[in-house]
Amino acid sequence: MIKIIDLHKSFADQQVLKGVNLEIADKELVAIIGQSGGGKSVFLRHLIGLLKPDKGSIIIDGVDITKVNRKELDLTRQKFGVVFQGGALFDSVNIYDNVAFPLREKLMLKEDVIKQKVTEILEEVGLVGIEKKYPAEISGGMRKRVALARALVTEPKIVLFDEPTTGLDPILLHSIHNLIIDTHKKYGFTGVIISHDIPEIFDVVDRVAFLYKGKIVEVGTPKEIQNSTNPVSRHFITGKYDGSIEFFN
Amino acid sequence: MKKSIQKIGKRTIVFIRTAGHMFIFLMKSLCYIFIPPFKFKLFLKQIKFIGNKSLLVIALIGTFTGMVLALQIFYTLRKFGSEAMLGPAVALSLIRELGPVLSALTVTGRAGSAITAEIGIMRITEQIDALIAMALNPYRYLIVPNIAAAFVVFPLLTAIFDVIGILGGYIVGVKLLGLSSGTYFSQMKQYVDIVDIEIGLYKSICFGLIVSWISCYKGFYTSFGAEGVSKSTTEAVVLSSVFILISDYLIGSFYL
Ligand SMILES: Nc1ncnc2c1ncn2[C@@H]1O[C@H](COP(=O)(O)OP(=O)(O)OP(=O)(O)O)[C@@H](O)[C@H]1O
Ligand SMILES: [Mg+2]
Repeated sequence: MIKIIDLHKSFADQQVLKGVNLEIADKELVAIIGQSGGGKSVFLRHLIGLLKPDKGSIIIDGVDITKVNRKELDLTRQKFGVVFQGGALFDSVNIYDNVAFPLREKLMLKEDVIKQKVTEILEEVGLVGIEKKYPAEISGGMRKRVALARALVTEPKIVLFDEPTTGLDPILLHSIHNLIIDTHKKYGFTGVIISHDIPEIFDVVDRVAFLYKGKIVEVGTPKEIQNSTNPVSRHFITGKYDGSIEFFN
Repeated sequence: MKKSIQKIGKRTIVFIRTAGHMFIFLMKSLCYIFIPPFKFKLFLKQIKFIGNKSLLVIALIGTFTGMVLALQIFYTLRKFGSEAMLGPAVALSLIRELGPVLSALTVTGRAGSAITAEIGIMRITEQIDALIAMALNPYRYLIVPNIAAAFVVFPLLTAIFDVIGILGGYIVGVKLLGLSSGTYFSQMKQYVDIVDIEIGLYKSICFGLIVSWISCYKGFYTSFGAEGVSKSTTEAVVLSSVFILISDYLIGSFYL
């Protein structure tokens, strides 16, 4: 269970998060939608302790990660798998070693077990035969899938996805979404997915949270959000301009 | 008036804060060198990286430094009629002074800048964040291997620089200026003490620490964007060079 209470964060004089409140149940899939530059990535980085909030708390399975020391924070981090917006693959090692990295360094598994797991997950994301290539040598979509494989290979309890499908073609987009649904069925993780793929993401998640002007202005099932009467949400979801959203502030 | 005083105050605060930050970074890194688990493979990889990148340039600069040195010193010594002292003069200048300093400056330009760029790119592409998110300590993977490798590589490269420089001096002194090869080397043996070699060794170890520390620090705390990385790289090279020359003077004055 993840509980975010009154999260505030500013950079210099720019207020990015102005009191975010959200509860995410175990094994739930939640999508975070919102404008570009609206603070979605900043929000996600707080969940794994990469940023410290100015105010507010984040309670993960009963541990307030904004208050604990590094050692305890690292214990909570063990539960996570993260897909960063840019992939964040290690460019000094090849694809195989990228995916094997958390298994080797974090879980300290034996090489034959690692090999089996890496091969299996690379098959699932549809990337067979590129194990020897380096991140710089593969396409952007492939990099996204490798990042996905690296996050899921440790079978984490909580997975954070920062735009796992942005910039992919429609077929790949659906296959990644299906992959998330399938692995979620298989491993039952709690998932937070930042996405711009509206409405496709609505078929994946249990709930949708709309982050606007530093706050979660609306949370609900995809159906509820789609039938929302809130003019701002309506505008954002349909993309049709009716003056509700301030773009350039 | 008030504004300029404010500016000075602000600069001073930033300076002190940065100095403290850098010092803490160094202390942390040095602690992790002695606390397991060690990443031995990465350590070897960095030795190869730094050595490989710098060896050829070191050899080239070493040869010409030795040659120029012999030429200059020969010119001076001839005025006193003591050309026989060319060997020790070249050797002492190289071993005590030029070997450690010039090889450190060379490695800064070749490997130090590359280290800053590499770590800086890892910062801006969130690779460092990815390590932290895996509950792993980025110091162990990125900083410690570089600093530990520098401790090994700098003295070795300096030794190579010294030997090649002395050979360069030999080419000029013996082959071109007609000194006898026996004089060049036997006088050297007599006048170069173990203390001189020790000083050169201490200097090179100290420079290794400076270069790896500053290169890693600047990369690790690079600001965002490609300009951030190029700025950090330049700063790392300039700052390392300044620190090398200052500490060279300090160590030298200590051992007079
Ligand atoms: N480390 C930082 N230092 C200063 N400002 C930052 C930092 N990280 C993010 N910001 C600012 O916070 C704001 C929110 O950024 P964020 O990356 O969270 O947006 P986003 O919602 O993820 O957008 P996108 O959908 O384009 O990825 C931006 O205006 C950005 O400039
Ligand atoms: Mg983002």
